[in-house]
Amino acid sequence: MSTVQTDSVENAIELKEVEGLSQGRIVLRRFLRHRGAMASIIVLAAIVLLVTTSIGWGPVPGWWQHGFRDLSPVANAGGAPTMGFGDGGFSFGAHPFGQDNIGRDVFAMVMRGTQQSLTVMVVIGFFATLIGVVLGALSGYFRGRSDNIIMRFTDMVITIPVIMIGAILGILVGGASAWSLAIALSLVTWTTMARLVRAQFLALRELEFVDAARVAGASSFRIMFKHILPNAIGVIIVNATLLMASAILLETALSFLGFGIRQPEVSLGTLINEYQAAFSTRPWLFWWPGVFIVTIALCVNFIGDGLRDAFDPRQRRIPTARALAKADAKKAAKALKANA
Amino acid sequence: MSTDAKSPILEVRDLGVEFFVDGEWFPAAQDVSYDVRPGEVLAIVGESGSGKTQTSMSLLGLLPTNGRASGSARLAGRELLGLSHKQLSKVRGKDVAVIFQEPMTALNPVYTIGFQIVETLRVHFDISPKAARAKAIELLRMVDLPDPEKSVDKYPHQLSGGQRQRAMIAQALACEPKLLIADEPTTALDVTVQAEILKLMRDLRHRVDAGIILITHDMGVVADLSDRVMVMKSGRVVEAGTADEVFNRPQHAYTRQLLAAVPHLGSMSTPATVAEAGSVVEPVETTPAGELALEANGLVIEYPARGRVPAFRAIKGLDLHIGKGEVVGLVGESGSGKTTVGRAAVGLLPVADGSLKVNGVEMAGIKPKALRAVRQDVSIVFQDPGSSLNPRLPIGESIGEPLKLHRVAEGADLNKRVEALLDHVQLPRAMRNRYPHELSGGQRQRVGIARALALEPRLLIADEPTSALDVSVQARVLELFQELQREYGFACLFISHDLAVVEILSRRIAVMSKGDLVEVGPREQILHHPREDYTRRLLAAVPVPDPAEQKLRREERDRLLATV
Repeated sequence: MSTVQTDSVENAIELKEVEGLSQGRIVLRRFLRHRGAMASIIVLAAIVLLVTTSIGWGPVPGWWQHGFRDLSPVANAGGAPTMGFGDGGFSFGAHPFGQDNIGRDVFAMVMRGTQQSLTVMVVIGFFATLIGVVLGALSGYFRGRSDNIIMRFTDMVITIPVIMIGAILGILVGGASAWSLAIALSLVTWTTMARLVRAQFLALRELEFVDAARVAGASSFRIMFKHILPNAIGVIIVNATLLMASAILLETALSFLGFGIRQPEVSLGTLINEYQAAFSTRPWLFWWPGVFIVTIALCVNFIGDGLRDAFDPRQRRIPTARALAKADAKKAAKALKANA
Repeated sequence: MSTDAKSPILEVRDLGVEFFVDGEWFPAAQDVSYDVRPGEVLAIVGESGSGKTQTSMSLLGLLPTNGRASGSARLAGRELLGLSHKQLSKVRGKDVAVIFQEPMTALNPVYTIGFQIVETLRVHFDISPKAARAKAIELLRMVDLPDPEKSVDKYPHQLSGGQRQRAMIAQALACEPKLLIADEPTTALDVTVQAEILKLMRDLRHRVDAGIILITHDMGVVADLSDRVMVMKSGRVVEAGTADEVFNRPQHAYTRQLLAAVPHLGSMSTPATVAEAGSVVEPVETTPAGELALEANGLVIEYPARGRVPAFRAIKGLDLHIGKGEVVGLVGESGSGKTTVGRAAVGLLPVADGSLKVNGVEMAGIKPKALRAVRQDVSIVFQDPGSSLNPRLPIGESIGEPLKLHRVAEGADLNKRVEALLDHVQLPRAMRNRYPHELSGGQRQRVGIARALALEPRLLIADEPTSALDVSVQARVLELFQELQREYGFACLFISHDLAVVEILSRRIAVMSKGDLVEVGPREQILHHPREDYTRRLLAAVPVPDPAEQKLRREERDRLLATV
């Protein structure tokens, strides 16, 4: 089939990199090359592993000897961390992150707090994305009246400060659990996602493959979810990760203000709130939850960054000097072979 | 001056361009050598991917970050390759200027064209704003922009496509460059506008005495403008010579193939055919007898009002009839409404007034359920193969979608049908699992055709299916299209701006302008005995890939325009 052979010469060089790969594989490959994102994934995975196995999750017991509500005798003076270089090298001791004034183990509390914060993050990420995508898709696809109604509603939600709605909702349901708080917060954090998805749909619905699907006999539902949505997935995933990063900070802020998760349950925000007064006397009570918040938010942001780069088709890596030298050597060897 | 004019302004020797992809250098062009003399037009011809644009852009250091150039390129004795960005920016615009393909994107939409020309002038010369403005007006007058004193303060969107291209040429000429690189300067324009821009460039080359490199794939444009021609294929120069040599005595097989692929207006029909049929050309049946695949009577289509923008009437009372199994060509300039007709025929646009019957079913005020049934028998091939396939679906799924949605075939049967369709459009069966981005433009358009034929429609709308393709690829796709038409026997409305393409395919041609049908008739009549001035102008503007014939046509066109 000679026609096919000659046809494929055109834009052959640009295709070298993506030969035989689906769009998903290309994105994955680019993502795996992003060092910051890969490091963040590893760190985040380590945190999740530590947090889930140490004090256990729900009915599943963990390997750490103290529960987060257990009171035990204060080991060091003032409850200072036992972790450090003692005689004969590094040791964790009984309370590596220290204890508070009544002898609760800070490590166990931080683990529990991180569990709660992560739960809130994931649940908000999921529900806010779901609401945002569905409303944005309907609005962008159907345009006209439904677009007007949905977008005015979105504007309304945006104009009210999230922290205020969060506070009210938090007071109404917050005491119950991390789950109910997260679902309540999802109800106010979907707006950015809805706007972005709407913009994507508005642009994509004008492309010819959408018309082609319509002529082929596809229903609106099929066009929206089979044809347009997969093409908007890049924006959705990237925004979902960034949403999750801001969700963890929002939860912390609300809990810090006392509107979020409340005693006897702990979250990273309540820990900081509770011990803010102890900052000068027992800094470990303040530092450890802070370190976890910052690390998680940073990791999620980096992952979002990596995803954004991976989904951007114009993104070209600038080759390193070493790769260039290697390619030159390869070329020289080839020339030598051809001459010989 | 006479000895000076002989010495080349640009000497390119062994120019190579490479791209770094995935740990290896891939050559995009190799061993390219040529000279350009002042006042001379060198045309670089080749298909997309032949490296013609990359070699020229490497002269200005405008390669992508993963590209590099080797060899030598001397502009008036000064080596261009290896210059720093700072040195290059002094050369760009002043000594070497570029005219880009797309004037809409190459001009900055937030500044007036006057501002953009003044900017170019003031970057390179020590000149007062007032003097620069005067110079800008003078330049706009030189490129025949109407009312230059007013146009200088207009924004790009306030100008038509042709006027924008003129403004860009004025900007390119601002610093009186020694070398002008025109990268497909007329590809985005209508034939009539293209003819005007070519005329302008022909006039200017004598006035400004610059060397011009014309990059194009259109042999007609080459024949119209160039003194010397260089043909490139897969990064190498396969043939170089004067225009006369290359067109009349091509040496390389590829050049001959390229020339043969160009549709030549007047190649399929001769004026004699009409003469034989009888000296009276009058009895022209505009309505074919028998069953009709498409029947439009007083068809009106409007783009509805949105906000403060009033409704736009794109089609103003159109009468068009297509018989069963007949191919009708629909030509016109952009904005004439030809695509609108096609989209209405598949139910993508509502009928505002009048009647449009597709396979006997009235489309005006049709219910969604009935529309679904209509779409089993009518289908469309889109213009842009890049955007008409869902990038997230493997092409096999795209082709099978109509079959699946109309519950014609499922499972193993569906697979078999998809494979048969791929066979029909001459694509390997293994390709069904590939994604659109892995295919070339020609292959994608074949997929588009296969999808359109999946339900074996009785009427096919082809909306400029080859305008985005290279000439040689276009020739093969047209051939395939003809074969399929014979085999399936569908009626077809073939929409195109290219009269030469329409001539190959259709027995009857309809000419549209500004939402109205200007003229309908058999191919021979339209091409050789057009009754309307508009058709005559359209015909005269089509460049023909033959320098001698094109010269005659050019003079004829000038005469025609003078009389109007």
